[in-house]
Amino acid sequence: MSPDLTFARSQMALSLAFHIVFAAVGVGMPVLMVVAEGLHLRTREPVYLDLAKRWADGTAILFAVGAVSGTVLSFELGLLWPGFMAFAGAVIGLPFSLEGFAFFAEAIFLGIYLYGWDRVPAGAHWLAGVGVAVSGMLSAIFVVTVNAWMNAPTGFEMAGGRIVRIDPLAAMMNPASLNQAVHMVLAAYVATAFLVAGVHAFFLLRDHHDVFHRRGLGIALALASVSTPLQAVSGDALARMVAIRQPAKLAAMEGHYRTEAGASLVIGGIPDDAAMTTRYAIRIPRGLSLLAHHDLRAVVRGLDSIPRDEWPNTRIVHWAFDLMAGAGFVMLAVAGWSGWLWWRRRRLPDDRWLLRALVVTAPLGLVAIEAGWIVTEVGRQPWIIQGVMRTSEAVTPMRGLIVPFVTFTLVYVFLSVILVYLLRRQFLATEPARRGVDRGR
Amino acid sequence: MAAEHALGAIILAALVFYTLSGGADYGGGMWDLLASGPRARQQRTAIEHAIGPIWEANHVWLILVIVVVFTAFPPAFATIMTALHIPMSALLIGIVLRGAAFIFRKYDSADDAVHRRWSTLFGAASFFTPFVLGLSLGALASGEIRLADGRLATGFFAGWTRPFAAACGLFALGLFAFLAATYLTVDTETDPILQEDFRARALASGLLLAPAALLTFLLARAGAPVVFAQLTSWWGPPLVATTSTCALVALTALWRRHFRWARAAAIGQVTSILVGWGLAQFPHLVVPDVTLMNAAAVTSTLHALLTALGAGGVVLFPAFAYLFYVFKHPARPARAGQGDRRAHGRIRLAAAVVVGLAIVGLTVVLTLNDRERAPRRAPSGCRGRIVIVQPPRGQPLECVCESGTLSACFSPGP
Repeated sequence: MSPDLTFARSQMALSLAFHIVFAAVGVGMPVLMVVAEGLHLRTREPVYLDLAKRWADGTAILFAVGAVSGTVLSFELGLLWPGFMAFAGAVIGLPFSLEGFAFFAEAIFLGIYLYGWDRVPAGAHWLAGVGVAVSGMLSAIFVVTVNAWMNAPTGFEMAGGRIVRIDPLAAMMNPASLNQAVHMVLAAYVATAFLVAGVHAFFLLRDHHDVFHRRGLGIALALASVSTPLQAVSGDALARMVAIRQPAKLAAMEGHYRTEAGASLVIGGIPDDAAMTTRYAIRIPRGLSLLAHHDLRAVVRGLDSIPRDEWPNTRIVHWAFDLMAGAGFVMLAVAGWSGWLWWRRRRLPDDRWLLRALVVTAPLGLVAIEAGWIVTEVGRQPWIIQGVMRTSEAVTPMRGLIVPFVTFTLVYVFLSVILVYLLRRQFLATEPARRGVDRGR
Repeated sequence: MAAEHALGAIILAALVFYTLSGGADYGGGMWDLLASGPRARQQRTAIEHAIGPIWEANHVWLILVIVVVFTAFPPAFATIMTALHIPMSALLIGIVLRGAAFIFRKYDSADDAVHRRWSTLFGAASFFTPFVLGLSLGALASGEIRLADGRLATGFFAGWTRPFAAACGLFALGLFAFLAATYLTVDTETDPILQEDFRARALASGLLLAPAALLTFLLARAGAPVVFAQLTSWWGPPLVATTSTCALVALTALWRRHFRWARAAAIGQVTSILVGWGLAQFPHLVVPDVTLMNAAAVTSTLHALLTALGAGGVVLFPAFAYLFYVFKHPARPARAGQGDRRAHGRIRLAAAVVVGLAIVGLTVVLTLNDRERAPRRAPSGCRGRIVIVQPPRGQPLECVCESGTLSACFSPGP
């Protein structure tokens, strides 16, 4: 791989990794905020209004950074991958333009929500919040269909290396779209719920009776215990789809080298391409056949059925997959634990050990999202469009791509440092002045 | 009108909207950096209020331009992004730093020194970004970016490193500054002293715009001959007359303090400048090799895109109008939380039912989605050394059979 291709891929990966955090939280936060405001409208408890406003403030910072980093991505598609865009732009443009509208709607509704507390009737204000949540979800769905198309390209016909006929709707509704979109939206909800629950749990460990944080934790835990089990179901469906559509990706994810019936599930270990085996791994007999095809005896294609120059990087993909699945199961356990406590006691689960666990697991949702994107993107390599176009054919002829890569890396590091500092300050500094004070504009 | 031309018009319209909204935000950033005198702090506050509610929404016009170009005219997008890789990357850095500085300034401490540091970055990026934008648009008009056999032949420095492009950059700066100052005179109606500050700024930038426009026009003769020839054709003089009239009305109205008239005239001025530029460049996307016709995608895509844009417009314009309406509306008394009606009840059961139904529903939907692709089983207890296995999709595989189970498999190949 030429160094310029490596830098182009790294820059794209970095931009996506940065953007996805804000995009995911931007999809999840509005749900929490709308639930809090809805509870305020129902119960008239001022603490819910406080919560909605605090969460809306957080949403505003994150949404703005997400909007800017999303703009960067739309440019980088052309700056780094002109070959891909010249070939595929016309096929995948429809979901991109729909995403543009969804984003526009989200910005408008968020504008009304943030600046309209005292300007629009309470019901309309709440509906604006619902608008933010729905349009945020729609933008995520539209963008993910584009990525799904790269995994399962459909809706076009080729002749002589060029696309001659396009059905944009069929391209958008490709076989991977539904599975991937559901998985991403749920991931956004899970990640946000755990992040927010972790923050409130942290403050509850200091002051166990703080109503603000108790209510906040309650709403976040409710979202977590709904979305985490759903995510397990969706992940299972997605894995089966990958097993059929992208056997190389599945084999790399699972460190599965040799095609066999009744394949065992490989957990951890070190994939060794030369020896065609994953060393030091835990193996669950027939586990992979069960997971990939819901059949203990099914044949699972290994990397041996794929030409050597079409293998993705097995170590990165396998480890990223195990990291994602591991984080997912830890979160499932914590969500199950809190759901069970709530079921038994009919009130907020507030055991100190649960709160500590929530603080520790707070970042796991985002970790899982990053790892999951690494799986799907690195796992598709060397293809940019599965089976149709290689990444090396798509990259810009521009030389010296190390310069923009280093520049953007510095910018993103700078932004991340500032952002962490600001969000931390926002939480800590306003803490004593918070209660009963209207911080609205 | 052909779909290609309709989409070209949409690109131009989006650029006009971007200039009128986002362009004015850049101008606001410039005046933020140049805020001076005893009321510098109030000027900044007024600017922040003007930009605050909707700046994220304004950005979408630029994204719309990008999306329409790469969907409807994919080769043009690839050419532009390759030839202008360097200025476009610079533009991005500018956009990122500007947006980040604005939002960080708002949420960082109210400390003056910290505030000033963010203001400086915000203001500097507000100067830099529109300049690079003007530079890039100038390069597209210059006619120096050439293709040979559909590939870029002129390298990464063609067009945007010329005096004409630089003049376009300066012109964009002046235009955005003038637009912002004129808008701000209306936004500060409740504070006549502050309004005078912005009136002076609008007048100064409006007057400076005239020589900048003249310079750009003169440099276009050598720097962008195709566009220059169009501008001096039959429709050139009426267009220049319209633009000049708008400019004169805007300046006079500013002078006589009819600020709403001034704003309307400035909007007219900017619109006619951009429309004139669009007409002069028509039908080229990149002068002279890439046109609306030769870069267009297949018709099915163009029609799908037009439908999506139409449907989106129907939904969004009313919502946008509502947003503006809300901010012209006087504030109501703040909502007070009162009462203690509890929201507890049978939520527990309801929640369990919802979660259960959702899991079942999702499983059913995703399973149905998968049904047609159910996997084929392996021949149980395989016999013979080599067996043929049919995987769920694609070619049959040849597999080695060892002690009753499959081992290594190969694609037989074509």
